[in-house]
Amino acid sequence: MIEGLAAIYIFMLAGFTGYEIISKVPVILHTPLMSGSNFVHGIVLVGAMVALGIAETTAQQIIGFIAVLLGAGNAVGGYVVTERMLEMFRPSDKKAKGEDS
Amino acid sequence: METLIQAAYLIAAALFILGLKQMSSPVTARRGILWAGAGMVLATLATFMSPQILDSDQVSINIMLIIIAIALGGGYAWYSGKKVAMTDMPQMIAMYNGMGGGAAAAIAAVELIKASNEAAHDVTGSSTVADMLGADVAVLGILGAIIGTISFSGSIIAWAKLDGRLNRSKLLPMQHVINGLLAIVTLGFGVAIYFTNSLDTIIIFYLLALVLGVFITVPVGGADMPVIISLFNALTGLAVGFEGYVLGNAAMIIAGIVVGSAGSLLTQLMAKAMNRSVANVFFAGVGTDAATVSSDGISKGVMKEIQAQDAGILMSFASQVVIIPGYGMAVAQAQHKIWELTQILTEKGVKVKFAIHPVAGRMPGHMNVLLAEAGVPYDMIYDMEDINADFKNTTVALVIGANDVVNPSAKTDNSSPLFGMPILDAIDADNVIVIKRGRGTGFSGVENPLFFVDNTKMLFGDGQKAANELIQAVKEL
Repeated sequence: MIEGLAAIYIFMLAGFTGYEIISKVPVILHTPLMSGSNFVHGIVLVGAMVALGIAETTAQQIIGFIAVLLGAGNAVGGYVVTERMLEMFRPSDKKAKGEDS
Repeated sequence: METLIQAAYLIAAALFILGLKQMSSPVTARRGILWAGAGMVLATLATFMSPQILDSDQVSINIMLIIIAIALGGGYAWYSGKKVAMTDMPQMIAMYNGMGGGAAAAIAAVELIKASNEAAHDVTGSSTVADMLGADVAVLGILGAIIGTISFSGSIIAWAKLDGRLNRSKLLPMQHVINGLLAIVTLGFGVAIYFTNSLDTIIIFYLLALVLGVFITVPVGGADMPVIISLFNALTGLAVGFEGYVLGNAAMIIAGIVVGSAGSLLTQLMAKAMNRSVANVFFAGVGTDAATVSSDGISKGVMKEIQAQDAGILMSFASQVVIIPGYGMAVAQAQHKIWELTQILTEKGVKVKFAIHPVAGRMPGHMNVLLAEAGVPYDMIYDMEDINADFKNTTVALVIGANDVVNPSAKTDNSSPLFGMPILDAIDADNVIVIKRGRGTGFSGVENPLFFVDNTKMLFGDGQKAANELIQAVKEL
């Protein structure tokens, strides 16, 4: 699937991408952004679903179930709190008319 | 079908990156989270079609379990996320982050147990986990397991500390030495998993990693918690990326590593803003010991009190008022009153600005969120670099619930534990009014010389009550 050198390229490029995104963020958005990136690694839910999906024994099913439970918590919780925070950011009223299009 | 699923993952990964990118500006931030959310839904739905799942012997029961687990975990998180107060946001983020780390560790557990099982029942009878998974998958799987588990138990401790459920900062004597040894032993068991097919080894390995996460986090001081949460956030990303490799899932690799590197940088930025190195956060605790010693020596002048009436007059006729809010304001729930005060002052022609220290609140940017909740538009809020030169043109600097971030000894007294931390130069303003509950020291326990200088007046009282009195005073004029 994704192996050897190709995987290393992906790791490297993804690493640079993350660095680039953060380096331009104003301080006022640090908390929402930490929360947002926290939501993004909620993609672990997808892996957890596969892990539970391929479980063969009861023990594996239990651990897989915990994985999906926690993964879903990460994804949903991360989304809800980030969205709540970002919802509140708005400019002064006079500016809002000009910019908010 | 496989191609379609891979395409869905690719789009999801792109949406995550674009979403994070848009979150880097307040104007587009809202759209950013919506995009990332769409990516998540897409990836999740696509996974239900995955042949890996559909070809399983127990497909119907497993799919049912998946749906139940998503409903329970997602439902709980939805409810708690909607309910949590803005002041408690940092610990909630810690909690959800810990869940992600735990999920990554659990994925690794399923893979490792499966491999050890297969290895043990192999015809040769002496195959190892590494034989079954391949060296690269085994190594990254085990690394992801240890990182994810530490992030899981560590985040729970961070949550408990921030939520005020756990106040201990010391577990054992020579904690750091023990932590180091424990880390080595845990890694040793990780190596052992690689070379054996024993289920017991895996179980002991996970237990050790759980304890390690607890031991690492417990000694960390309250003020350093944001750095730790951010670090665990990065670690969870890394663990997710590694487990993505184990499962051959590109979306997990990309999203996990992006978060891992973004989180690492964010952690450094935060530590820098607090004048602490990341290593420092782990190996030394600010506060209790060091701070109480130095507080004895520093000048004990006289604090000058002011009544709300007089403070109101001072502010009404000011040309510029800079408000410096701290976490104490949020605790007193005074941000709405402060915004009301701001509006009245603005009507009277006073120029009002908010000055935010990078570490105001419990996390960088936390104070901005709290002010935004109260309705303060973000273009009235200034960063430390932008406002510091402006204090010279300020008639009144109103400090509410902040202390260490305006402590001038961070600049002048090299014996102070705060020495070297960048501060807001409130002391340069013509007048400084400090709203404070009592005469005690701040979060770090360090005495603040600003409170004793001539142009500083203290307005004692609860933040909300004091803000209310100020509003009355200003209105009556």
